[in-house]
Amino acid sequence: MAEVRAEMVANVWKVVVSEGDQVAEGDELVVLESMKMEIPVVADADGTVTALKVAEGDVVQEGDLIAVIE
Amino acid sequence: MFESVLVANRGEIASRVIRTVRAMGLKAIAVYSEADADLPFVAEADEAVLLGPPQPAQSYLDIDRVLEAARRTNAQAIHPGYGFLAENAEFAERVIAQGLAWIGPPPLAIARMGDKINARNLMIEAGVPVSAGVWEPVPDVATAVAEAERIGYPVMVKAAGGGGGIGMGAARDEAELVKMYQTARTRAERFFGNPDILLERYVERARHVEVQILGLADGTVLALGERDCSVQRRHQKIVEETPSPGVSPELRARMLAAAVRAGEAVGYRGAGTVEFLLDSAAQDFVFLEMNTRLQVEHPITELVTGIDLVEQQLLIAAGEPPSFTSTEPRGHAVEFRVYAEDPQRFLPNPGEIKIWEEPVGEGVRIDAGYAEGNTVTPFYDPLLAKLCVHGTDRPAALRRAGQAVAAFRIEGLKTNLPFFTELLGDEEFVAGTYDTGLVDRMRRR
Repeated sequence: MAEVRAEMVANVWKVVVSEGDQVAEGDELVVLESMKMEIPVVADADGTVTALKVAEGDVVQEGDLIAVIE
Repeated sequence: MFESVLVANRGEIASRVIRTVRAMGLKAIAVYSEADADLPFVAEADEAVLLGPPQPAQSYLDIDRVLEAARRTNAQAIHPGYGFLAENAEFAERVIAQGLAWIGPPPLAIARMGDKINARNLMIEAGVPVSAGVWEPVPDVATAVAEAERIGYPVMVKAAGGGGGIGMGAARDEAELVKMYQTARTRAERFFGNPDILLERYVERARHVEVQILGLADGTVLALGERDCSVQRRHQKIVEETPSPGVSPELRARMLAAAVRAGEAVGYRGAGTVEFLLDSAAQDFVFLEMNTRLQVEHPITELVTGIDLVEQQLLIAAGEPPSFTSTEPRGHAVEFRVYAEDPQRFLPNPGEIKIWEEPVGEGVRIDAGYAEGNTVTPFYDPLLAKLCVHGTDRPAALRRAGQAVAAFRIEGLKTNLPFFTELLGDEEFVAGTYDTGLVDRMRRR
């Protein structure tokens, strides 16, 4: 199981995947936006997205859980 | 001369403009969002008006709210800084229609230069060299591929209404172009409300060199030297210097003359910047774009010329002659943009500033937007401060820079200061032979 967490305070601009999706390492899960910059959050392992904890428009804090990949 | 100036901006540039407004004996009025209430620029102004929530669309980009703040405070002039509404021709028109002095170029000059396609055509008429490219928006990916074949790879994909490097990228072959065209279109639509895409020949190992111009009240256009802005990450400038180590006196004369022609072609008034892409090997240049406002990196021109550019902007807006007699530059100046971002991957890093200690000393100038105890929020660009140094020559300026970077202490969030230490030790940068690919090469080494 791999937890994907936010590296910084940001707004969730785009959610690319849904719960249940199969992803490969390096796939884009969500795109965050902070300080006028887009920051793609990618899967760090192959697997299934078993939990997706953010929605478009949410604000995430550093360390917040974004998704779980199993 | 008007008696009060509303500064329609935030952070370091608001502080910078307020400093000159007050030094000239005028009243400075700040506007701010809820996120910025504790920042230095709000306290430095004689009066400050809350615009609204942190989101730029409901504060710094909201024309109605900014104009209402001007009415309420009886402001007689508006300085837009850079970014936000600075290059918005509609805003300039409405400021003028409200009977206020607009501290910027005529709205028509903003509109003509804001559209990159129109600007490029104007430059051709004015005899300013431009790159090979398309002269109208590229409507679909098939046209893009056909045009790229004609221009020759690599090609630069750009947003017609864009700036700040957003939605820009170089494509080396058809596959890259197809991918980049779609991304650029989506981003251009989202960031600039205009999905039009341009293609231009991409110059490898190019330097990005710009010329500061000043259109005086009597119509004369002057060029105040160049700035080399080739140290970039993600097509955005992070370090600038003047004079450029890649420009010979003969080339400088040609670039300055071209910049003056560009300004004259649009009847320019006030401070503006003409950006060129320089092919160092060929010692040749092409027009990139014109920024119709005060530039982030204006302090290095001020350091070498001794001219306060904001003061000249105010004088020109009031129809008065400039306050300087000579534009002759002296010595060498370098600016470092201190960003709230990690120094390795350059990812933004908002947070609370626990410690803020600025370097002081001969030839060091800090234009800061924050102070100890402030919180850097994710709503705006990551610029914390501009660290500028001035020395008798380039080696002296770089020595001073090394000391100043080492002495600048910011704690509580990550900054790119460690990157500047790395840069000042980089052979290519120290030799002055670098180009816009420098930062990428440093990260691959």
